[in-house]
Amino acid sequence: MIAAAVLAALALACAVGAWRLTSARWTWRAPRTAILLWQSLGVTWGLATTGALFAYALAPYGAGVVHGLSIMLTRAEFNVREPHDVIRLCALLSGFTLLAVLVAVLVAAGVQTLRAQRRHRMLLSLIARDEPAVPGVRVVDHPGAAAYCVPGLKSQVVISAGTLDLLSQDELDAMLAHEIAHARERHDLVLLPFGALLHALPWSGVVRDAQASVALLIEMAADDHARRFCSPKRLATALLRFGAATAVPTPHGALGATSGQNVMARVNRLIKPDLDLPAHVRYGILAASVALAVSAPLLWLLPA
Amino acid sequence: MDILWAQSTPLTAREVGRLIADRDLAPTTVMTVLDRLSRKGFLNRTRDGRAWRYEPAESRDAYVTELMLEALDLTGDRSAALTRFAQAVSGSEAEILRRALTELEEQ
Repeated sequence: MIAAAVLAALALACAVGAWRLTSARWTWRAPRTAILLWQSLGVTWGLATTGALFAYALAPYGAGVVHGLSIMLTRAEFNVREPHDVIRLCALLSGFTLLAVLVAVLVAAGVQTLRAQRRHRMLLSLIARDEPAVPGVRVVDHPGAAAYCVPGLKSQVVISAGTLDLLSQDELDAMLAHEIAHARERHDLVLLPFGALLHALPWSGVVRDAQASVALLIEMAADDHARRFCSPKRLATALLRFGAATAVPTPHGALGATSGQNVMARVNRLIKPDLDLPAHVRYGILAASVALAVSAPLLWLLPA
Repeated sequence: MDILWAQSTPLTAREVGRLIADRDLAPTTVMTVLDRLSRKGFLNRTRDGRAWRYEPAESRDAYVTELMLEALDLTGDRSAALTRFAQAVSGSEAEILRRALTELEEQ
């Protein structure tokens, strides 16, 4: 029963932590560390919530979650004698349901993303052309501004002809450095589970904010990477020029209401950089993230 | 695809092969490519005697539009399939960005 209580407390702590983190601003000073903290909060929340349900349901075996599950499955029995056993049965079923939903949502999101990427790649191979001015980049003939990366084992950076006209050569280089950072660090994989969770719980404000925060943090991480190879000011002007050019006249459902603010936040960061978080703070957060991520699996194993 | 897009009528594999003048491709290669494209839904094909006639399922512009909508994340599914340089903003926000740009360039 202690394990169940601890796991439940851990799940609650993760939820509160996530809620606090969505409004935190120190994360902008160390985007990579913050991304890691987000990931470990997400994993721990999932494991702790399902673990708490299982631990409560399997408490009579006194063998912990993992062993309790294996005992129950090998003996294929679950005694329901007293009224509170019904509650235990409910906890067991909700545990399995939640675990199944989380795994299914993640797999579905992965499959859907891969499929979208394959179709996108196929269309690119039919339509896009190479441009001598920007080697290694695919160009789509469209007057609008667009620049993105199709992630994968062989990531492709794509820009529109409109972007070529819009940005100067320096700005173009800055933007490409940003996209290459996305491709190299596989930021799509970072964002995938958060997007999947948002699909599963579209009404949850915390999940929506979490997804938006992580999305902004990976942009900032890519900006930081690009800044090492180009002038931050050029990247900032590229962002502003690009952002202003992609404006859509009518408000669109898919459009984040904060996307303009996000661009401004990134620009301000580039022009007036705050000091990076001190190293010992960053390592502290890193250690906390690792401890958090390890704690839930340990509690699953612990006999209680 | 470019050849089929340039034509107004459906073509057979043999006709396509003849139009790819600059490259010396075996007729079977052309047929394989056309067959694969039609199986993936990019070409429609109709029987004409013993041969297939191929035509694009969508116009080139329709595909370009599809790419651009995805690129600007306007398809509504908020997928993580692409990582974008910056998300599309609304008109009033664009005005703020434009002003910030002028300020920054004057510095």
